[in-house]
Amino acid sequence: MCLAIPGRIVALGADSHNQAVVEVVGVRRKVDLGLLQEESIQPGDWVLIHVGFAMSKISESEAADQMRTLAILGESEAAIQEIRGYGLEDEKYSSNERGAGS
Amino acid sequence: MAISANKIKFREPQIEMAHGAGGIASRRLVEGLFAPLLFGAASGPLGDAAHIQLNGTRIAVTTDSFVVKPLRFPGGSIGELAINGTVNDLAVSGARAEAMVVTFVLEAGLPTDVLEAEVRAMALAAEQADVRIAGGDTKVVEHGKADNMYITTTGIGRVIPGVSVRPDSVRPGDHILLSGPIGDHGVTILLARGELDMEAEIQSDTRSVFPLVESLVESAGTGVRWMRDPTRGGVATSLNELARDCGLAIALFEQTIPVRDPVRGACELLGLDPLHIANEGQFLAVVAPEQAGRALEALRSTPGGAEARIIGEVREQPPACVFVTTSYGGARLVDMLVGDPLPRIC
Amino acid sequence: MKYVDEFREPELISKAGEEIRRLADRTRHYRIMEVCGGHTHAIYRFGLKDLLPSNVELIHGPGCPVCVLPMGRIDDGLSVTANPDSIFAAFGDMMRVPGTHGSPLEYKARGMDVRIVYSPSDALKLARMNPEKQVMFFAIGFETTAPSTALTILRAKLEGIRNFSVFCNHVTIIPAIRAILDSPDMRLDGFVGPGHVSTVIGCRPYEWIAQDERKPVVVSGFEPLDILQSIVMLLRQLRRGEAKVENQYKRVVPWDGNRAALRAMAEVFELRPYFEWRGLGFISQSALKIRPAYAEWDAEQRFAVPGVRVTDPKAAQCGEVLKGVLKPSQCKLFGRECTPETPIGALMVSSEGSCAAHYNYQHHKPVTIANAVAL
Repeated sequence: MCLAIPGRIVALGADSHNQAVVEVVGVRRKVDLGLLQEESIQPGDWVLIHVGFAMSKISESEAADQMRTLAILGESEAAIQEIRGYGLEDEKYSSNERGAGS
Repeated sequence: MAISANKIKFREPQIEMAHGAGGIASRRLVEGLFAPLLFGAASGPLGDAAHIQLNGTRIAVTTDSFVVKPLRFPGGSIGELAINGTVNDLAVSGARAEAMVVTFVLEAGLPTDVLEAEVRAMALAAEQADVRIAGGDTKVVEHGKADNMYITTTGIGRVIPGVSVRPDSVRPGDHILLSGPIGDHGVTILLARGELDMEAEIQSDTRSVFPLVESLVESAGTGVRWMRDPTRGGVATSLNELARDCGLAIALFEQTIPVRDPVRGACELLGLDPLHIANEGQFLAVVAPEQAGRALEALRSTPGGAEARIIGEVREQPPACVFVTTSYGGARLVDMLVGDPLPRIC
Repeated sequence: MKYVDEFREPELISKAGEEIRRLADRTRHYRIMEVCGGHTHAIYRFGLKDLLPSNVELIHGPGCPVCVLPMGRIDDGLSVTANPDSIFAAFGDMMRVPGTHGSPLEYKARGMDVRIVYSPSDALKLARMNPEKQVMFFAIGFETTAPSTALTILRAKLEGIRNFSVFCNHVTIIPAIRAILDSPDMRLDGFVGPGHVSTVIGCRPYEWIAQDERKPVVVSGFEPLDILQSIVMLLRQLRRGEAKVENQYKRVVPWDGNRAALRAMAEVFELRPYFEWRGLGFISQSALKIRPAYAEWDAEQRFAVPGVRVTDPKAAQCGEVLKGVLKPSQCKLFGRECTPETPIGALMVSSEGSCAAHYNYQHHKPVTIANAVAL
């Protein structure tokens, strides 16, 4: 039920039919943006694609946050407590800044 | 692995599509029905081509039929596949293709210009592969009975002196070499059918691999234990056949397997594994560890071989298995597919 | 591949594996269920079990929509192909699933018009391009896929496409999880929640698992780092004696789900009073059917389907494997009568079914890390 791949919007459809073209490392396909009508989707945005429909807009900041968390996994319990559990709250910590891989 | 003479082990009541897909079912048909009746007790493991002694010369002979939809696709067409496919089967058995005969089964109603385009493609491919088309046969069948055209090519060639490739010469510690990126052809065909509405800069890799094989054999000589061109069923099927024939394990290192970006993208989108996807211009070789480095260099410095890699090695355990290891220490088995790889959404 | 490769970074994966080993209490045996078939597939594909200590056990759950589909439904869907004007369209996942008289691929080999589609909108396109044919889309999937089917039906109505219908087998995940938890044989410590279903339904629907059943749930992505991080988060909760719903897949899953998707589903579908799940039996309010307002696009209204119930052979233990009570290799038919080539139950046919995954990626001889360490 779950094969969904991140893709980059490269073009929006001209008409109002919620169509766009998405690209995944050089493979292009039309996707339907009908499930993301409440978001503003622009070329360059990344979306999660499942059966030709965009399911969700991918949050770059959440992804970067996750990478930061993963990078410090295994460091002292105290540091982990300070960060309070992998971004459950909205606080973003500033220690150990490390760019997310791209 | 000798096959008992005349003992038919194929018990299925009818032929299904899977029997032609090049995987487990195909093997059952060949080993269970054709081999006992046609090849007799003296035959060994089945290879891409048969070698026959004629007056002191080793001659290789092979045949293959080509059924492709659509006939034309980015990077080639059925005609080129028909020539290169047979040239390659001879090449990986250690032989230079010398001559070929061609059979056409044509569907009534096929436009002549379509046929002409394929014949031209074949002429060009034969010239590029330096093989002579010596003759052939044509049949025409009723409309609806041949999917436009079926082409069969039968090729003969001379075995390169000193080359002997057989699964039982494979030893633990041997290296697995791959001539270049995988998955291009199969993904091209899948996308060219148009049903998936996807576009990508991918084309079939159809070509003669003989120049690369020749380079390899020149540099590694008897260190080349086994070769195969991973066509239908992909690298996974070819290596599983080897593993079963030699009883050893084949360990592949995932991060070394070359896959072009768009092929990877299409496979991720469709839930396919590049290891199961057909190739028409690549080959696998098992080479003794002492010669593997030199062999790789030889491939890389031959035109068309720049992307050759060592992708794995032969081990003792677990027997008759092919598995892939990841760089973080995870492992998974790679088995032969039942039929053709199918896109999935789950 | 962006948003994919960074979550497959080998050093970070090793780190996550170490953290799991550090967190797992040696005196405990953890049984964690990953609900979604996509997670089952990912775990095998990436060899993640090799990174876990032996006291952290991953149990495969029933979240495989192909696996839980009774054979009778496949027969019903395929019965439509008897009509020479029909086109049967389905995802690749369905193509090898055996019905009583063969799989869709076998029907195709016999000359019926069976097509593989990547999207329900591709099936609608077939209808547009073949106005003289009746196109029937055989819809499967949990809540991840149902909204796309819903939107496609809405588009068919908008464009007045009359030669298109949907045979709806969409099922919902919560009743399946409830059936697992209600099962007396089950002892589970926590759940790796279905990340893509949750992009639609959000994280709230799992709150009863934490509050009432006192089991932690971590909604997880599908890359190796996602799954490993989710296990870390579950172990942390278990160590602290907590039971909460957490969202590991924050880059994609909104806590409240996707309102447009939920609206589309509510517009087009209603819950069936009950539906048979292969291996789990009849579960009430667990599946979707097309509302009367859209009956014109409902294949079950348009075609007379036989509606025959086909029971699985008694020897097949699909139900117990689906519920995680048995491991695939413990089913008596596994690897013998039941293989990917000759599947008896659907768990062996679908590539994300636990039996097929186990067979294809592990066989009955698991490859241990000692044998498989890369150079």
